[in-house]
Amino acid sequence: MTTGISRRGLLGGGAAVGVGAAAFVAGRATADTSEAPSGSGGSGEHAFRGEHQAGIVTDVQDRLHFAAFDVVDTASREDLIALLKAWTVAAERLTRGEPAGEIGPVEGSTNAPPDDTGEAIGLPASNLTLTFGFGPGLFRDARGRDRFGLADRRPEALEDLPHFPFDALDPVRSGGDLCVQACADDPQVAVHAIRNLARIGFGTVGVRWSQLGFGRTSTTNTSTQTPRNLFGFKDGTANVMADEDEALAENVWVAESEGEGWLAGGSYLIARRINMRIETWDRQPLGDQEEFVGRTKGSGAPLSGGSEFTEPDFEMGGSNDQPIIPVSAHVRVVHPTMHGGARMLRRGYNFVDGSDPLGGLDAGLFFIAYVRDPRTHFIPAQLEMARNDALMEYLKFTSSAIFAVPPGIAEREYVGQALFT
Amino acid sequence: MKRTTSLCLLLSLPVLAACGTESTKQPTGGDEAAARTVAVDSGDDACDVSTAEAPAGTLTFNVKNSGSDVTEFYLLAEDGLQIIAEIENIGPQSTKTLTVSAPEGSYLTACKPGMTGDGIRADFTVTESDEEVVVSADDQELIETAQANYAAYVEDQSAQLLEQTTEFVRLYLAGDDDAARALYPVARTHWERIETVAESFGDLDPKMDAREADLAEGEKWTGWHLIEKDLWPARAENYTPLTSAERATFANDLLANTQVLDDRIQELTYTIDQIANGSRGLLEEVANGKVTGEEEFWSRTDLWDFQANVDGAKVAFGGVKPILDSKDPELSAQLTERFDALQVLLDEQRVGEGFKYYDELTPEEIKALADAVNALSEPLSNLTAAVLG
Repeated sequence: MTTGISRRGLLGGGAAVGVGAAAFVAGRATADTSEAPSGSGGSGEHAFRGEHQAGIVTDVQDRLHFAAFDVVDTASREDLIALLKAWTVAAERLTRGEPAGEIGPVEGSTNAPPDDTGEAIGLPASNLTLTFGFGPGLFRDARGRDRFGLADRRPEALEDLPHFPFDALDPVRSGGDLCVQACADDPQVAVHAIRNLARIGFGTVGVRWSQLGFGRTSTTNTSTQTPRNLFGFKDGTANVMADEDEALAENVWVAESEGEGWLAGGSYLIARRINMRIETWDRQPLGDQEEFVGRTKGSGAPLSGGSEFTEPDFEMGGSNDQPIIPVSAHVRVVHPTMHGGARMLRRGYNFVDGSDPLGGLDAGLFFIAYVRDPRTHFIPAQLEMARNDALMEYLKFTSSAIFAVPPGIAEREYVGQALFT
Repeated sequence: MKRTTSLCLLLSLPVLAACGTESTKQPTGGDEAAARTVAVDSGDDACDVSTAEAPAGTLTFNVKNSGSDVTEFYLLAEDGLQIIAEIENIGPQSTKTLTVSAPEGSYLTACKPGMTGDGIRADFTVTESDEEVVVSADDQELIETAQANYAAYVEDQSAQLLEQTTEFVRLYLAGDDDAARALYPVARTHWERIETVAESFGDLDPKMDAREADLAEGEKWTGWHLIEKDLWPARAENYTPLTSAERATFANDLLANTQVLDDRIQELTYTIDQIANGSRGLLEEVANGKVTGEEEFWSRTDLWDFQANVDGAKVAFGGVKPILDSKDPELSAQLTERFDALQVLLDEQRVGEGFKYYDELTPEEIKALADAVNALSEPLSNLTAAVLG
């Protein structure tokens, strides 16, 4: 397939490929959940093609580089399609641990810049997944133009999110026409992927904003210990897990029957950069912190008792005639039972972007959720959180974006192909 | 403005204010520490206490709820009435830790599964030891004084807020915008000094102190900051000034809400931990909105609010200081010193009766203020535990 030195070849990490490939042949439905476990920066690989895009139910990797792109004004529909084809080829190579281009980082002419930037030489695939999404602006831009003849294919639910109370969004790092979510167990591999995809895109797209995440805050399997966010609490305990087929169909995947056919088997990605007021939070008494969250800080058990995975009992009375899980506790306010059973698949990451001018950590949670319909599965919960959640006092939402994530890519197809045919 | 409704301030707790706390204070090491650590197992019908006696000093009760109901645990005085320390809301199958400084004497322990009745009681003896436990007989008196003084302070500030808001509204409706602009930060000083109390009324706070972005789409904006924008429209894009009729609507609404606030404040009482938490809370307001210049986006009068928050924090601290002086004199001295250091920096920014506008501050000056806020806020976060401990 490739003539240059493959990163995989160098490291001898190819064994896992066989597993992935076999799974794919056996049935695409299982394609991106069945490979080697992630977690240790190992040489595991996830198949790029499958029924659904990889990087959604896939075991959450340790690191994130998320990038949003805008299509430049001069680009045509043909340019856009050409880019998606080029990205598909490069992404498939990158997820195998191969260089972005066919020649390689050091195999080409000394007179030309290499077609791979080289910082991943010697690194394995590191469970890299690349997940692509389309923003509302691709269908109709802010000036109302239908630049690519796609306006009538826009799914009804793909709209800029409404302004939520206390939103303090920075417009230059919100929104975007396209997005790529790169997750890997090695940060250099994730950054390498975004860097090379951006390079391939120049002339058709420009990077609008990007975000690094360094510690996953959710898992999609029950065997991994639930990670902690920067408040020090376990996060994502009640996440939709990869093996919950029914719950995934109910809450994550867009059904054939609804809306635009090209999105069937896809999902909606919501990204929100949530700054935490770290220094103020750290000064809150432990008991208060636990009441804000509704769980104990140590085990993650709900305040109504039990262990981490015990269902919270919101009816249980506590001292002073108040419920033991306070009415403004985060776990209560956003709990699926408060929102008609609607659940999200969360895939957020902790981030620290250095410090702000006042010496505080510029840090928080880069929230990523995949849902079947933002109007039922995200907006009501976010609105309720903004209005009633005790944690809001310690949070500041600084960016927001929504993308429609097309279904998985079949052999000889390019990402999102059904949208253009 | 506060983001979410908190009614905790309004609950009258049926316990003595000087209750124990889930303290962070660690007992000293070795055998002594082991002797002062007591395991309690609170079941549905039993209250197993691992030892019936412990040496005087800082005692740690690790209370495990092995029952099926929420439980509470109490350390009571010999009379079985006075609560020395308590811990509430221990959910089934959870454990909480109660730390209490106890002098030699006879006590009772009590588990209260289901949170009703007298609880399952047992005798508990604290024996003489080398560790000195400071107990001031005057504590209760100091507490009552602090509570009365703080209630009087809040009532006084609220009365002044009402008076100044009345005048502000008069000027604004008369179209005397220069005078209204001059009075705006002065009147708000009285709000900011008692902000943690004022914003505890979750229905009034958003009507009076919301910024535009605090609202959801379609919600109606009212209150101080709407009028602020109308008086200082310079930073607004394509701003349409309010008509006289609109001015009247919004100004009268603000005044009416200020009156409601004042009425409600007359009914409030404050526990000692609420006063101490209020001090910390006001410094958090400084850190989150004032030192960053976000509170008064249109008028840039953030330093007035800054000073007012600090004033209120200082009064709350001063109220509990006599109690703190006996319990943790080092913390008391440190807090006094850091309040002073912050005040020195604020005084440097004074201009006449007021302050520089936020956009007249250099980044270095803002950073120095932020550092001083952090320097004060960090030890201040230990105030409540120290006062209760």
